[in-house]
Amino acid sequence: MPDSGPIDTLLPLAPAAFHILVALADDDRHGYAIIQEVAARTGGDVTLSAGTLYRSIQRLLEQGLILETRERPVPKLDDQRRRYYRITPRGRAAARAEARRLQQLVQIARAHGIVPARA
Amino acid sequence: MLLYRALLTLYPSSFRAEYGGEMRAVFEQRLRAAGGIAGRTLVWLTGLGDVLLNAAAAHWDLARQDLRFTARALARTPGFTATAILVIALGVGANTAAFSVADFVLLRPLPFPDSDRLVKLWEAVPGYTQIEVSPANYRDWKAASTVFEGMGAYNPTELNLVGEGDPDRLEAAAVTADILRILRVDPALGRVFTPADDQHGAPGTVVLSHGLWQSRFGGDAGVLGRRVLLDGQPCVVIGVMPRGFNFPNRDVALWTPLAFRPDAFEERDDNYLKLVARIRPDRTLEEARSEMAVITTRLEREYPRENELTTATINRMRDELPQQSRLLLLALCGAALCILLIACANLANLLLARTLARQKELALRTALGAGRERLVRQLLTESLLLAAAGGGLGILVAAAAVPVLGRLVPETLPIGQAPPLDLRVLLFAGLITGLTAVGFGVLPALRAGRDGGLEGLREGARSGGGRKQRLRAVLVIAEIMASVVLLVSAGLLLRALWRIQAVDPGFRAEGVLTLRTALPLPKYDSTARRVEFYRRVLAEVTAIPGVESAAYISFLPMAMGGGIWPVGIDGQEVDRRGNTTASLRYITPDFFRTMGIPFRSGRGVAESDRFESPTVAVVSESFARRYWPDADPLGRTFDFALQERTVVGVVGDIRVRGLEQANEPQVYLPATQVEDGSIIFYTPKDLVVRSSAEPAALVPAIRDIVRRVDPEQPISNVQTMEEIVAEKTASRSVLVRLLGTLAALALLLAGLGIHGLLSYTVSNRARELGVRMALGASRRDILGMVLGEGMRLAATGVVLGAVLSYVAARAMTALLASVGPSDGATLVAVGMLCLAMAAAGCFFPALRAARTDPITAIKAE
Repeated sequence: MPDSGPIDTLLPLAPAAFHILVALADDDRHGYAIIQEVAARTGGDVTLSAGTLYRSIQRLLEQGLILETRERPVPKLDDQRRRYYRITPRGRAAARAEARRLQQLVQIARAHGIVPARA
Repeated sequence: MLLYRALLTLYPSSFRAEYGGEMRAVFEQRLRAAGGIAGRTLVWLTGLGDVLLNAAAAHWDLARQDLRFTARALARTPGFTATAILVIALGVGANTAAFSVADFVLLRPLPFPDSDRLVKLWEAVPGYTQIEVSPANYRDWKAASTVFEGMGAYNPTELNLVGEGDPDRLEAAAVTADILRILRVDPALGRVFTPADDQHGAPGTVVLSHGLWQSRFGGDAGVLGRRVLLDGQPCVVIGVMPRGFNFPNRDVALWTPLAFRPDAFEERDDNYLKLVARIRPDRTLEEARSEMAVITTRLEREYPRENELTTATINRMRDELPQQSRLLLLALCGAALCILLIACANLANLLLARTLARQKELALRTALGAGRERLVRQLLTESLLLAAAGGGLGILVAAAAVPVLGRLVPETLPIGQAPPLDLRVLLFAGLITGLTAVGFGVLPALRAGRDGGLEGLREGARSGGGRKQRLRAVLVIAEIMASVVLLVSAGLLLRALWRIQAVDPGFRAEGVLTLRTALPLPKYDSTARRVEFYRRVLAEVTAIPGVESAAYISFLPMAMGGGIWPVGIDGQEVDRRGNTTASLRYITPDFFRTMGIPFRSGRGVAESDRFESPTVAVVSESFARRYWPDADPLGRTFDFALQERTVVGVVGDIRVRGLEQANEPQVYLPATQVEDGSIIFYTPKDLVVRSSAEPAALVPAIRDIVRRVDPEQPISNVQTMEEIVAEKTASRSVLVRLLGTLAALALLLAGLGIHGLLSYTVSNRARELGVRMALGASRRDILGMVLGEGMRLAATGVVLGAVLSYVAARAMTALLASVGPSDGATLVAVGMLCLAMAAAGCFFPALRAARTDPITAIKAE
């Protein structure tokens, strides 16, 4: 049952969940594609494991932040085992809220001289 | 890939069903992307770690959901939840408490390092296996043996402590310097004795117990070096032992060095030492026994008179505990286990009923996609949650019960009174709780898992087919069976207790006050001086209004059972095989009148029996029968306590050792007729006072009297004779009360079990009952039918329980004081009680059945 409480109660998002939401922000993807996308965006620093990925997906589905889409690519490119996931408006809002939270943290750190001001 | 698929089974099956395929696909792609052997190995390794970590996490996710759901579900049925938690708490509490005491007394190592190598040594002759050792034999054993790392002797004693406040009579132990070293316990403060301290003529030293240091010296670290008077001798405090050091038992408050006078080794049959030794790490108990056998055989050859037939008994220190204590504790554990079984059966029954009632809900959830695994998980979570709550409460129950059980801790072991409620006990409680959860939770869960199918959804489906009802019936029978076992055991023990309490002790304990004024020795070495003390105290005590008579004796009956001396008749050698010993007591005149011991012939000890008059003795009937079966004992003579004695009177036998033990015949000698400084162990010290007034009210007056006679003389052990007799059966009484309480609880639970089962059956069978009534069955028929059903279960349980309780009773024959294990009266009483309880449990469901309105019942379908 998708959760419908205020977005704030979901914060902070787990890093893996945040990465998955960001990876789905511009396109629907299947599991392995998410892993590749995250790895590409972080320059290989973050490689989600299968277990972490699907446990996060399960939680995101339950929270209503993503959904499984029935639209599939052309059969030639499709693998029957794959499932495709799409970010929901609620998921987008959660990712935005998390980004804002992180930004505030960085600002605080910067105000205390921990992070150098942007050049 | 097969391996990865196998690994995935670690995930919850619902998760695996949902994502297993995809995870395999991802893993395959990873492997493909990795390329070479090294890369593939890395993928495998990370994959393995990933599965282990995330499978555990996935299980935890589910458990959290289940917990939330369960907590909500339980909160909706507070009656059920409270009952279940309470029942578990009783089961876990009873078992935890029983375990903590049994573990403390029977299992746990004694509180000394490597305590399993500590042994106690005794002399043994035919008829007596544990006799104290004489200093001469101790010296020779110690010198000749090689299996021991060390051997030391001690002698329990009592000392008057003067200095810092009122004079006090304290339990103490005189120990050789080796003892504390053998036990390997370091002092909390200062030092313990060295060989220099236990030499004859060494300056007086004393080591205090932690308790005495706290109570008497306020825990002052400056106590070291302070001087106190012990039995009039100046002693310097050299050390304080740590808290929890109880040697040789928990009542000992201080230790003094045991120094042998040079002449102590002359009398080889002057037995008064208790020995402790530590077996070397590379030797065994058996080796110690065989070596001691060789040594005692040699000593018997060398001293054929004193050491005739004398061997050594060696026991592990841990095992020196009365058989009765062991049995009492085992009986308690058995009873606790019975309660746990009943609690589990009852809970299983409650949960089965609940599962059946929730069949539609469960079927609905199955239909909505919850797998069987989820349902089983859900039900298990429920039982675990209930068990955890009940277990927590149970630990509180145990904590409350343990102080009561302290009575069952025997005084013979060097341990404290109260078993600790520590990690070990808590782990046990956890284990019991877990077992309980499995015991009552798994069965219903598996049942629900097996047929959580669609049939539950069918409108009007009559949940609970024959099989389930049979299972519930079996559980009810088991409950009744266990209750019967508990009730019969409690009943038999109660009858045994009554039988023992009805034993005539040979004296009249009512109205007798006792207290001790133990006269310190160098000061009261002279018999005349002691007799003068007794005379003055007794004269003033008997003048107190309400006091009928008063007397002094060496040791009170039952408070001290030993104190025996070999009897020599007609100048014959003492025969150690023949069991010719008698209990020896020195008394002042009026002892028999004060204790209400009847005269059979002759006279008692009189004022006219002075030191210089002929030495006389008053003997008990059994003594007279034993030595002069066909003749008048008056005027006969025998050798006893180092002198020839002439019998001047015969009195009734008393129970010297206690109500249950065999007792030696008794010999009473005048307190006046003993050489100065001789047989000092038997010096009269216990005052007995018979009065018509309230005994406790006399104590202040007697204190004043003693203070006037000797201001430094403390008073101790103030008790009524009735208390001393009651003390003899105290551990039995505690067990009977405990078992009785548990049995009552069991009966109540069993009654509830029957009630629950029948209530459920009746509401499920409303339609059948309605049809029967419509077809002409009267209300009386229906009432009889339902009652009969319940009573059949009860009768089966009672019969099976009776058989089992016979087995249980046989196991504790030693506790039954010759009450037969198949005692008819007890069995009949228990059977009636159980059937009555069952009838009460059946009555309301049966009444409800009889009140069924046939029209409504049939229409409801």
